[in-house]
Amino acid sequence: MIDSVETLNSHEASIIACAHVPDQSPVFEGHFPGHALVPGVLLIETMAQASGYLILALNEFRSMPFLASVKEAKMRTFVPPDADLIVTAALEHEGSGYAMTKAHITQDGKKVCDAQLTFRIMPFPSKDLERHMTMQVEKIGLKKAN
Amino acid sequence: MSNTFETVAAIISETSDIPLEEINPESNAMEDLGIDSLDFLDIAFAIDKAFGIKIPLASWTEELQAGNAKVEDYFLMKNLCARIDELAVAAQES
Repeated sequence: MIDSVETLNSHEASIIACAHVPDQSPVFEGHFPGHALVPGVLLIETMAQASGYLILALNEFRSMPFLASVKEAKMRTFVPPDADLIVTAALEHEGSGYAMTKAHITQDGKKVCDAQLTFRIMPFPSKDLERHMTMQVEKIGLKKAN
Repeated sequence: MSNTFETVAAIISETSDIPLEEINPESNAMEDLGIDSLDFLDIAFAIDKAFGIKIPLASWTEELQAGNAKVEDYFLMKNLCARIDELAVAAQES
């Protein structure tokens, strides 16, 4: 979901990323016929990905965050196809083996959703995933933004 | 310890919706109170904030999985509170 990282602020433990909603997607065929909208779960996933990249960068890509819980998720307005989204996430608390973030998404300066997210942080369960994440963080410019 | 127990019991009661009177020093948070590892993340967060510590959940989990510790070593309320007290003292000294 995340296309690029705009800003990573290690000192403030926050990240700003960009996500473009495609114009066409099979998702829109059912959600909803005649009134295409990005499903709320995908907006939550987008906030989780931004938060996850933030946590990855803060732990210097040593371990992998997995979404564990979502609280206070609010979908404030509709997000249509072809929307440009700005995704912001900030670390709320870094515990031992877990972390919590607050994240929100804006479109044209207007907040469309927000949530509090909890992640379990654990060693990469496979080398394939670690390699994939290494490629992904380079693709979205996270290492450059770091 | 008694203050720590009261604080931790209040946190568990609030975050997990368990009546305060059901929580005592001999309660096993996992087995008696039915708190699972996901619920415990919220509890750990509240404890970390209340005591200014970082509960070493990652290393506790590793030790439990490796069979080097028992659940009650960390999650029996009186043992949990004793470890929180130790961590709080260490945090104040550092």
